Order: sequence, then C-alpha cells, then structure tokens
Amino acid sequence: MFKEFRALNDITFQVRRGDVFGLVGTNGSGKSTMLKIIAGVLEPSSGTCTVRGSIAPLIELGAGFDPELTARENIYLNGSLLGYSRDFIDSHFDEIVDFAELRDFLDMPLKNYSSGMVARIAFSIATATEPDLLIVDETLSVGDFLFQQKCEERIQSLIDDSHVTVMLVSHDTSQVERMCDRCAWIEKGHLRMVGPADEVCSAYRSLGD
Amino acid sequence: MTARSQARTPDSGQVRRSTLFILQQLVTRDFKLKYRRSILGVVWSVLNPLLMMCVLTLVFTNMFRFPIENYPVYLILGMVLFNLMSDATGGAMGSIIQNAPLIKKVRIQKAVFPIEKVCFSVVNFGLSLIAVAIVMIFFRCAPTVSLVALPLLLLYVIMFSVGIGLALSALSVFFRDVMHLWDVLIMAWNYLTPIFWPQDLSAFLTGISNQWIAHALVIVEKFNPMYHYVVYFRDICMYATIPGLRENIICLGFALVSLAIGVIIFRKTQHKFILYI
Repeated sequence: MFKEFRALNDITFQVRRGDVFGLVGTNGSGKSTMLKIIAGVLEPSSGTCTVRGSIAPLIELGAGFDPELTARENIYLNGSLLGYSRDFIDSHFDEIVDFAELRDFLDMPLKNYSSGMVARIAFSIATATEPDLLIVDETLSVGDFLFQQKCEERIQSLIDDSHVTVMLVSHDTSQVERMCDRCAWIEKGHLRMVGPADEVCSAYRSLGD
Repeated sequence: MTARSQARTPDSGQVRRSTLFILQQLVTRDFKLKYRRSILGVVWSVLNPLLMMCVLTLVFTNMFRFPIENYPVYLILGMVLFNLMSDATGGAMGSIIQNAPLIKKVRIQKAVFPIEKVCFSVVNFGLSLIAVAIVMIFFRCAPTVSLVALPLLLLYVIMFSVGIGLALSALSVFFRDVMHLWDVLIMAWNYLTPIFWPQDLSAFLTGISNQWIAHALVIVEKFNPMYHYVVYFRDICMYATIPGLRENIICLGFALVSLAIGVIIFRKTQHKFILYI
C-alpha cells in the first residue's frame, strides 16, 4: 500500500548516564523519529533501543492539552498523562505555576493563550519531576528569550544536581555546543558522526559552507 | 519522585493507580466539554431521555399500539439501557483516531481511550437513571428489592460494551469504513431489540402474518445480547423479579465473549496503530 521508506537506517550509539547528548541534522533527517523510538512511542521495525530509567519526553510540549479547558485543568490532565499522581501534582502545583509565571491566567481556557504561554506551562509541567532521561525536542525555541534562559537553567540544574541524562534536539548549534558533552549528527536517516559536541557541530556547520 | 520509580519498575499497583488517574482526568474532560456553554448543563443528561421518551410515547400510543402496561416506564428503561451500549461503543470507536496526537507523542496504555469512553457513557447512564426514577414515580411504579441486581447487570453491559468498543476502536484505525457501517448496524440493532415493542414475543408474533419472519425473530432474539440485557433491566426495575441463574449465565456469557474478542483484536493490532493514525 505504501512505498517503504526508511527514516532511520543502521544507526548505533550509546548515551551514558548523566550525559548531555545532542542530536543535530537537517530537516527530515530522522531526529524526531529517533526521539520517538527512544521515548517508546514508536517501535523500531528492526533493531533495538534500550532505555534504563524513567523518561520525561518533551517530544512535543503540551501533548494532551485541551484548548477548551483552563490551564489549571490542563495541568492535571497533562500531568496524569506524564504519569504523575494526583498527590504529586497537588504538592507541586504552585511550583509549576510559579515557574511558568502564569498565575493570573490559571482559570482561562488554554485557547486564549499565546503559543509561548502554552509552552511555558507545558515545560514547567514536564520538568516538575526529576526523570532519569529528559528528551528535549526543539521545545525551547518557542518562549521569549527570558523564558528560554530560564528553561536552559532548569535543564542545567537537572543535569548538575540530579544527574539527569538529557537528549537535546536543536537547530541552534551554539546551544548544542553550550549544553552538550556529546553529539550525534544524523543525515537523511544515516549516522554521519558521533563524538564530542564541538567537533560534531563544527562538522555539521561546514555543511553550509 | 513517584514518576521516577514507576517507570523504572512498573509495579502493577502503581501503574494501575496512574491509569485510573488518567481515566478519571479524561472522563472529567469529556464531561466538562459536553456541558460547557449550555445553560442547563448537566440537567440535559436527565432531560434528554425524558423528552425522547415523551416523543416515542406519543408516537407509539397513538400511531402504533402495543398492549403494554406502564408503557412510558417500559420504553424509557429499554431506551436508556440501549443508549448506554450504543453511546459507549460509538464513542469508543473513534477514540483512538481522535487521540492520535496524544498517541503519537506520549507513551501510554492505548486501551485507556476506548475504556474512557465507556466510563463516560456509564456516568451519563447514571444521570439518566434520575429520569427513569422520575418516570417511575410519576406512574407509581415502585421499585423493589430486586433492584439489588442492578450492579450485576451494569457489570455485564459494561464488559460487553468494552469488548465491542475495543474491537471497533482498533478496526476503525485500519478501516475507517467501520465507522460508517456501525451507525447502520446500531440502528438495525435498535429495531431488533424490544425497546418500544413487547419483549414477550409470543404475544407479539400472532400479529405478524409471515410465519418465517416470526420464526426468524425468535431465533434472532435468542442470540441478541441486548434483548437479554433489556429484559433483565425491566425484570429488576418494573416486574420485581431477579432473573435466575440461567439468565445470569447467558448475560455473563455474552459479556465475556465480547470482552475476549475485543481484547484479542486490540492487543494484536495496537502496536500498528501509530502507523495508520
């Protein structure tokens, strides 16, 4: 029925506990597919992917948000989908709201929020817990620069204090270099390079020269 | 912290608790969305079956006559129970497709979605029981102790609906045609179930001139689970009798068969959903 298309082909890499691992590549190269497989949303048609530990997938912020519901209601809904218990959300509710800086709009339906405001709420719910593995897909690019900084700080503190493993997909190579130790470059479904973040990023950048 | 340990060792108790929390959140969402921006809100859940019953009573006491005592009570009982099944299965059918954005982004037990729709229908059924109570009080048709069997009946119908719902939700992912076909089937099923006509076939059949149709109808009713459930419902609500062991086994049997088929179809196909939604 469909013409077969391999989004990812023969890719092998390892991410160690506590690593901050970057993933770069041009559009349509399979970065998000990779993350979906890691998050367990997609099954690989061949090969294996082993994850040891819990995952906070930020594959797309605010999955399960309902535009008709208020922010308060959405925090509980989204939290439940991320596997939080009611007690956990109750006790972290203020923390989540304060981090998003949206206390004044808590009882407004989400459809009246700007996309940046939605991203704020979503990011603060998703990082309310300390996962073993945090997957971040382009999510930081939505908010304003202040919030982007705040998110980066939050991720950095998860890395430094809780030794969370992070996988970061970004088109911002300077951000990848700044935050990541190691990095993989995927191009058209093939692995081009794995290694220290600065080396991979500079090789990737040279693609444009 | 809870989320952390949970994913590492999926201890069944914790997973069950978090799945229950998801179910509860989704039902709450559906409930809020259903009544948002309507003035009467949740009152509609009671009012709707009442009004439907009025219309049907008008039609079937003036245009077609059936020799049934307390006809409005008889009608609303059949209607409400059949609607539970048809709402539950119809809602469950589209649930996987509707929640495609979620299924693509979060790792989640996919059966949550069809089951949630069944739960939502059960909540609505609970509310429509208020309408049933109103009608029963109005016609002085007092309930008796036999009502204690209601949870049992509810369990059968829920299991039955979950089974069909799981199967439909899975099949409709691969063949959207199922959704169009089901509407027609539900309508046919509605007419084949004694909702507005007498459940006592022997009294009814003398009026049917074609012998073949009469015989066919008897056989069809034997294998129509909704026939058994509706008769069961009226027995405990109207006729003050608790159905015997035989009838209970039949009802449970239909429920179990449906549930087994639904679970098998869903399990076999669920890992392929993401490629089709």
